[in-house]
Amino acid sequence: MALFDVSGYKPYSDLRGHIIAPGQTDLMDRPNHYSFGTMTQQFSVPLGVDPSGFVQSCNRDGGVCIELNHGTTTLAFKFRHGVIVAVDSRASAGKYLASNDVNKVIEINSHLLGTMSGSAADCQYWERLLAKECRLYKLRNNQRISVAAASKLLSNMMVGYRGMGLSMGSMICGWDKQGPGLYYVDETGTRLSGRTFSTGCGNSYAYGVIDSGYKEDMTVEEAYELGPSGHRTLYHMQEDGWIKVCKEDVSELIHRYRKGMF
Amino acid sequence: MLSTHTFGDSGKMKDYHYTGHAEHRFSPYTFNGGTVLAVAGEDFAIVASDTRLSEGYAIHSRDSPKCYKLTDTTVIGCSGFHGDCLTLTKIIDSRLKMYKHSNNKIMTSGAIAAMLSTILYGRRFFPYYVYNIIGGLDEEGKGAVYSFDPVGSYQRDTYKAGGSASAMLQPLLDNQIGFKNMEGVQHVPLTQEKAVQLVKDVFISAAERDVYTGDALRICIVTKEGIKEQTLPLRKD
Repeated sequence: MALFDVSGYKPYSDLRGHIIAPGQTDLMDRPNHYSFGTMTQQFSVPLGVDPSGFVQSCNRDGGVCIELNHGTTTLAFKFRHGVIVAVDSRASAGKYLASNDVNKVIEINSHLLGTMSGSAADCQYWERLLAKECRLYKLRNNQRISVAAASKLLSNMMVGYRGMGLSMGSMICGWDKQGPGLYYVDETGTRLSGRTFSTGCGNSYAYGVIDSGYKEDMTVEEAYELGPSGHRTLYHMQEDGWIKVCKEDVSELIHRYRKGMF
Repeated sequence: MLSTHTFGDSGKMKDYHYTGHAEHRFSPYTFNGGTVLAVAGEDFAIVASDTRLSEGYAIHSRDSPKCYKLTDTTVIGCSGFHGDCLTLTKIIDSRLKMYKHSNNKIMTSGAIAAMLSTILYGRRFFPYYVYNIIGGLDEEGKGAVYSFDPVGSYQRDTYKAGGSASAMLQPLLDNQIGFKNMEGVQHVPLTQEKAVQLVKDVFISAAERDVYTGDALRICIVTKEGIKEQTLPLRKD
């Protein structure tokens, strides 16, 4: 319309296009059934209500009970020989324990791991998207992405959906040119680099255990011991990639490491 | 204004009657009941569901099974809100056809599971009220079960129950198939006959105690020869 052009009025959709890069993701009030969201991911949003409280409010109506899977406790710390990631394996949906053997560590690539706590679907989806971005980075630049850059990509994704009710507390761990890297990223876009992080219900206890037993130059078996014994899966990020250490295998690996270390 | 006493039409006083504002909201969801179960064996997978469609205390249909055949090696069970189950299965069927036309091959069970996860996550802020369980054979011919939550978080399992009676069935499956919480028991691998019998027993028990489960049981057995279906009556009350 002529008046729009003259006044320089920009409709919100145009402004939004400047903030969020076109072709990335779109918020729509109804999905486009002809494209099914195959080319670009589309998100449907309920009309006229705050998305973050919508699902909870539906639960009050008779019989409807939408419970999403939530992960619980995770722990990661850096030491001289790399990064240790320890997770428990429970996923709850409301009051019901949905699963007892969820894998809460997402293997982004051979040198990057992401942990899952908070909403299971959010963590799985965004970390899988992060894995795609890391792979594209490697193909375009012919070198692996750094841990700082990968965690920043995830943090920027979270900022784009701030206030919409996502729930994700993740630790991005890896080994790049700067050595071992550990970043905590959460759904508000907070991104912190640190030596020790723990998320979830049991995190205060985990911090207590770690603080009492941690030494920068501790040996690998001491590090394996420090990961709380209730946790079944442990990942150890080393210079040449991560290895998965199951509780049963710890004794075998300790012997192997003892030989290689001295 | 809140008060415990008010006056009714006849002029007599009504005790304990709420006189303040009441909020009425349209809810896009309703719960239609139903239970779904899937078990994976060495070279087979079983997906079973009851066939009752209910809403509150009313039964809409006694013959509405919740297993849908996707490919020759994959069956999906959907329970929750029937409207969303129908739309979701239509979308999955369309995406399967699109994949076949673009790639000239049929989607494998693992690929269908990964695709369903992104379809469900596309509705992260306005979810499909459906609890899905996919049962089928993977590329090596081994049984696979994938269980989902309403917004797309998924993982591969050996067995899973979903729907209204899931909290009753899952511990029983943990014990009988996963041999959990038992001491001194030999872990024998599950045969197809034993698995089918277990599924029948488990649903009969669920129909006894859960009002939303009953009428009939539909079992789909997926093997490399194809998909066989069986129907069994359950309690109708």
